[in-house]
Amino acid sequence: MKEYIVTGKKDTRSGFGDGLYEAGKQNPAVVAMTADLLPSLKMEKFAAEFPERFVECGIAEANMVGAAAGLSLTGKIPFIGSFAEFVTGRVYDQVRQEVAYGHTNVKIASSHAGITLGEDGATHQTMEDVALMRALPGMVVINPCDYNQTKAATIAAAEYVGPVYLRFGRPSVPIFTPADQKFEIGKAIVLEEGTDVTIFATGHLVWEALQACKALEEQGISAEIIDIATIKPLDEEAVLASALKTKAVVVAEEHSMHGGLGELIAGVLARKAPTPMEFVNGGDKFGQSGSPAELMKAYGLDADHIVEAAKKAIARK
Amino acid sequence: MSTVQELTRTASQIRRDIVRMVCEAGSGHPGGSLSSTDVMTALYFHVMKHDPANWSRSGKDADVFVLSAGHLAPVYYATLSRAGYFPPAELGTLRKFGTRLQGHPCVETGLPGVFQPSGSLGQGLSAAIGFALGKKMDGEKNYVFSLLGDGESEEGQIWEAAIFAAHHKLDNLIAFTDWNGQQIDGAVENVGGLGDLADKWSAFGWNVIVVDDGHDFEKILAAFDIAKASVGKPSMILLKTEMGHGVDFMAGTHKWHGKAPSAEQRDAALAQLEETLGDY
Repeated sequence: MKEYIVTGKKDTRSGFGDGLYEAGKQNPAVVAMTADLLPSLKMEKFAAEFPERFVECGIAEANMVGAAAGLSLTGKIPFIGSFAEFVTGRVYDQVRQEVAYGHTNVKIASSHAGITLGEDGATHQTMEDVALMRALPGMVVINPCDYNQTKAATIAAAEYVGPVYLRFGRPSVPIFTPADQKFEIGKAIVLEEGTDVTIFATGHLVWEALQACKALEEQGISAEIIDIATIKPLDEEAVLASALKTKAVVVAEEHSMHGGLGELIAGVLARKAPTPMEFVNGGDKFGQSGSPAELMKAYGLDADHIVEAAKKAIARK
Repeated sequence: MSTVQELTRTASQIRRDIVRMVCEAGSGHPGGSLSSTDVMTALYFHVMKHDPANWSRSGKDADVFVLSAGHLAPVYYATLSRAGYFPPAELGTLRKFGTRLQGHPCVETGLPGVFQPSGSLGQGLSAAIGFALGKKMDGEKNYVFSLLGDGESEEGQIWEAAIFAAHHKLDNLIAFTDWNGQQIDGAVENVGGLGDLADKWSAFGWNVIVVDDGHDFEKILAAFDIAKASVGKPSMILLKTEMGHGVDFMAGTHKWHGKAPSAEQRDAALAQLEETLGDY
């Protein structure tokens, strides 16, 4: 497998903050809004540089969603930022009515997604958000894997016309994708070509999938690693091509077993190319307090679990 | 800009439209539509700066109206149509398969004049706030209006919006409440216990204007003049109205919130409402 040069470690939310600042520099229509989580969302640079385009909404997420929808109709490109749970579960109806059904150009900046939010515990950890957002007609769902990809995805979300759900996280994770990449919405990224099994991964699990790839290689197993940075619209062509080639599939995501990337890919393959599949996800459980690393291990969201899943999938061929 | 006499005639026709539309659809919301007919007529035929022939969803260089109480679709559609946004003949399609006049307003069908979907209560005021914010950012002088129900004001999001609009000094935002005192399960005071709305909105930092007869055009127009002059505060016009106003057997009761009249009841209602502009 390729050599991945890790240029450092950073949280993906910092990629969002820096991407937002870049998008704001490029386009004066970009507006940032938050519900009392300015530093958590890494919006400080944007707010300092463009104070007239930064809107503090206070702890009132429902109003923030509606206000963003109205604002977008005047030609602005609002990014509304909060924790993943509070911009999805808490305001699902507002997002449905005002953003999705309203077809408004609102970008939902969803930080601290998944279990790796860590110590705050399950009230703040959502593993249901992708299911909620991907059920909405027309909603684009993006879940980048590292700082660089998140920054590029943020710039791409600003350029795209239509509702976008952009999901990122709190913990520091290795930076291994190119700094100068252009993010293409709806395009899967083949990181490693392989022949025995395909591992589709999204978000923080992409790095874990690469570690699993190395471990599998040492055991003589050739894994194909595909980064599904855009969950919706799914790059069905890439999914089918790889599944037909390797004939065994693993899907790894920091999300519940319900309604995430796993079920999405299972649906595609069930219709077009039934393939043995295994799933690495957070199951049907709430999270709990702990360090991100402890939680990833406890909930079976690490490289070791991906390796086991890959072997199981291959055995079922 | 219509005179009070013309507004009275237009409102009578809009009430006829509402009764006929809801009867033909077999479902819908006549009660609140009839109580808010006068303020909606005043808004679209006198108060608002708008150009139906050149309407765009951006609301650029025009006043904007967002209906927050989406179930008032019958009065909304009839008013838009009579104001020139689309032909009145289309009113007869309300709630029928394939119509642009969905049970609650939407934008997917491309009905001119509709800026945002509404129906899930408590949300339209926030969308109006977004418009008001955008116009402020662009240095545009136009106003943004929004109609709320009093029952709708039990929604928590209304008060999130109230705090936000006052905090951001959105004096280009003029909301108005159809304070008819009725909701599905009965009188508002027995269901949601809102108390004195004037005290509440004042406490939230709004410029509050109470209209003691929300069916009196002189008073309605005077209230909008006061609201437009507000500096540094958003305005809330509270209109004391009567549910089902204009049709004696629908008046003053929650029972006509969401019920369609039979053909017989329709005829009895129409006998009380003068046809002034020609039925669709």
